[in-house]
Amino acid sequence: MSQKFISPYDHQAPEGAEGWKELYPYYMVFQENLKSTEESKFFFCDSQHWPQVFKPFDAITVEFAVKCLGQYNTRQWLIPPANGIDFKIHNGYCYMSPVGVAPELIADRVPQFMERAGHYFMNWNDLLENWHKKVKTVIDDMEAVTFEALPEVIDMEWVKNGVGLDPTYFMIQNYDKMIDLCYKTWQYHFEFLNLGYAAYLDFFGFCKETFPGIPDLSIAKMVQGVEVDLFRPDEELRILSKLAIELQVNNIITKHNVDAALAILAESEAGKTWLEAWEKAKYPWFNFTTGNGFYSTDKYWIEHLEIPFGYIQDYVIRLEKGETIDRPTEVIAAERERITEEYRDSIASEDAQAAFDGKIGLARVVFPYVENHNFYIEHWAMCVFWRKMRELANVFVQAGFFADPNDMFYFRREEIHQLLFDYGRGWAMGVPSIGPDYLPNEVARRKKIIDALSTAAPKPAFNEPPAVVTEPFTIMLWGITTESVQGWLSSGETTNQLKGMAASAGKVEGIARVINNPEELGLLQQGEILVTRVTAPSWAPVFGKIKATVTDIGGMMSHAAIVCREYGLPAVTGTGSASTTIKTGDLIQVDGSTGEVVILETA
Amino acid sequence: MKYTLFFKEALPEDYHLLGGKGASLASMTTANLPVPQGFCVTTNAYATFLESGKITDIIIEKVNNIDCSNVAELDLASEEIRQIILQKALPDDVEASIKTSYRVLCEMAGMNNDLPVAVRSSATAEDLPDASFAGQQDTYLWVVGEAEVLENVRKCWASLYTSRAINYRKNQEIIESEVLMCVVIQKMVNARTAGVAMTLNPTNGDRSKIVIDASWGLGEAVVSGEVTPDNFMVDKIMLQVLKSDIQHKHIEHIPDRANRCVVTKEIEGARASQPSLSETEVKEICRMAKIIEKHYKCPQDIEWAIDFDLPEGQNFTLLQSRPETVWTQKKVETGAIKMGMEGILNTLMNPISSKK
Repeated sequence: MSQKFISPYDHQAPEGAEGWKELYPYYMVFQENLKSTEESKFFFCDSQHWPQVFKPFDAITVEFAVKCLGQYNTRQWLIPPANGIDFKIHNGYCYMSPVGVAPELIADRVPQFMERAGHYFMNWNDLLENWHKKVKTVIDDMEAVTFEALPEVIDMEWVKNGVGLDPTYFMIQNYDKMIDLCYKTWQYHFEFLNLGYAAYLDFFGFCKETFPGIPDLSIAKMVQGVEVDLFRPDEELRILSKLAIELQVNNIITKHNVDAALAILAESEAGKTWLEAWEKAKYPWFNFTTGNGFYSTDKYWIEHLEIPFGYIQDYVIRLEKGETIDRPTEVIAAERERITEEYRDSIASEDAQAAFDGKIGLARVVFPYVENHNFYIEHWAMCVFWRKMRELANVFVQAGFFADPNDMFYFRREEIHQLLFDYGRGWAMGVPSIGPDYLPNEVARRKKIIDALSTAAPKPAFNEPPAVVTEPFTIMLWGITTESVQGWLSSGETTNQLKGMAASAGKVEGIARVINNPEELGLLQQGEILVTRVTAPSWAPVFGKIKATVTDIGGMMSHAAIVCREYGLPAVTGTGSASTTIKTGDLIQVDGSTGEVVILETA
Repeated sequence: MKYTLFFKEALPEDYHLLGGKGASLASMTTANLPVPQGFCVTTNAYATFLESGKITDIIIEKVNNIDCSNVAELDLASEEIRQIILQKALPDDVEASIKTSYRVLCEMAGMNNDLPVAVRSSATAEDLPDASFAGQQDTYLWVVGEAEVLENVRKCWASLYTSRAINYRKNQEIIESEVLMCVVIQKMVNARTAGVAMTLNPTNGDRSKIVIDASWGLGEAVVSGEVTPDNFMVDKIMLQVLKSDIQHKHIEHIPDRANRCVVTKEIEGARASQPSLSETEVKEICRMAKIIEKHYKCPQDIEWAIDFDLPEGQNFTLLQSRPETVWTQKKVETGAIKMGMEGILNTLMNPISSKK
């Protein structure tokens, strides 16, 4: 008898969240009249990318991202067995349902897929070079957009030049342009991604067949890059920390907060030299979020210099103690080659050895994109996008629409249009806009709903799971397998044991620190075990402090897994519920070779 | 003239003095493979013994005159020759050399001239593999003290002249004067745990794995199949234990030192169901197995033991290593592996999770 997850139609919102569906577009929520259709699909919660409840505006990220993922599978590559991924927001969280292709249609898609995807694989590096140009243009275009309060009168120059338009026209146009550029960003995000994963998956499958029982970790280590753009921001901080010691300005850095330190540094020659390097490192590497780029609440280094500066302080203190903070890149590179060579040598047939060479060769060509796109899209481009949206929000604050710029994100992107028109309309007519009177109550009402939704954790999945998870992207992008789905179903009982992916080898015991949001990272003590829903690349500097990592979400190629392998720390990812089962202060044992986490003593 | 040579000091140009087994032990020791420590009583010692007793000609003449079709005559001559070897006095310098080497071996193991050793013959004759030529040569286990060592060295020399060995050499037309004997003296392994390690997965030929069978006591219990051993599968490259099946091991073979033999004992209590190797030991065995495989340049079937007498980290002992023959000789059928776009298509069409 097959076990089922709860139906979304039976999964009620927490008290106080009544009316939540109106905060999201009609097509993104489960509709009553489609109950039987929706209940026939299996949905899993994507809390890997969207761990928090969406404010209405922030849903733009899931909407653009998952739609664009679909367009490539369904309409550009014609991936024979896989279309896009259907998604819904339910009680504030997002749930995914991969869309298969009817078996009778699969064969017809094959020749098209071969030609279309084949073209990209054949011309990967040229097309990728062009991708970098395109993405840079999008970022520059976003940077060029500005939002300012409407002036008292139209500029004299506009009059003289016969422009014949007013600033509200351009304000609306700029807003549309930003949404358009954000949409473009997400189109580009998926241009290479699924093909990159497919090639990786091909090598992965080959290894699983050739070396039955090979740890996933081994395959990841063979493909994973050594110099990755995603590690550059952290690398820049290490360089700055070493420079501080070299220039003997380390005392200024460790003894003062960021503002005071930067001011004092500006007073000396050595300090100025350091500041020059600091300024240089900012662009583009401080366009780096402590979150994952999907939320308006994300804090980017460039706007919160205390964050990278705090990490530099930690590094400098470690250097003062004589510790080394360098990434052992040579060791990592040598180990990657050793592993690759030894697996290759354990293949007896020459044909299979040639296949190994071919497949790992392709995987290594395509995988850098999989690793690096994250910096260019989620960090850099989204940093600019959210910054510009906050610029707009501040205009609304000035105009009395909101008390707090973050209030703007309680409105959907099409609602912002109404706000803009209200603002411009009042300005034009010479009467007060309606927003300042109407919005405060509406903001409060919506805030209450979002806060209520945030009190409940999402369900891992809805409806009946497939007997076997076969959808290639579900497995690769979300690390979801038949076993993990079964694990969620049976995780009802209380247990002191959790099972996840063996993401980075090693076994340690230590005190757990559960981190629910990036602001709490400062609480981490030396030698603690980081337990969290999902980690972000910008957390890299704290990995020097901790003993191991346990996450609820994520696979072999998740950020936590990659960074822990870098640091030689044990990691278990994708446990489903570690951050709620484990409490700060618990003594836990983490075995990154088997994927087991045991709570030895509760706090 | 070298009468004795420790494995670790023998140079390749000495190997002809050591016989097949002795040369192999010396070469493994030189390659840092942890075979039990020991030394060879070289063919020089044997030759000197024959010359000093002036018995070479006597023996050769006797052998040449035997009519091998007459079993009674063969047996009688064999007995006569062996008695000569067993009774003739040893030259002083040969005896002194063996005694000194035994004493040094005792010291190396931290023992006071009472280290139990195995005494084995290691014959040599040009162009002949050791095994087929050896015939009835002997191995003496749990030999203790100088006197016993000397006595058993002679027994090994004498074993060259069993009826069967004489007959075999005659049939093969091996020239008697070219036949020489080396004797290997090697520390007995006091096995806490022993077993076998294959440097490939014997169920599918996958060479990226090492599979270990292990049980308490000496390796005979595992080799003979008297117990279901603990079984470990390890990823050879990552040295990661992928699977460990711990079994109930009801008996073990352990030495009865007083009686110089091995006895079978019931394992009582919880120990029977406890792992016979720690994870660290499993990894150490694999590390050594990789070195052994690399040394012989092909997959190996290795007999090993964990020695009670040696400190942790140095207690892995290599008893024997043979080339694996089943999978190594099999023609590997890989089928057509889909490459490039075909491969990617195949991957997307065939669920990866069914491959796990």
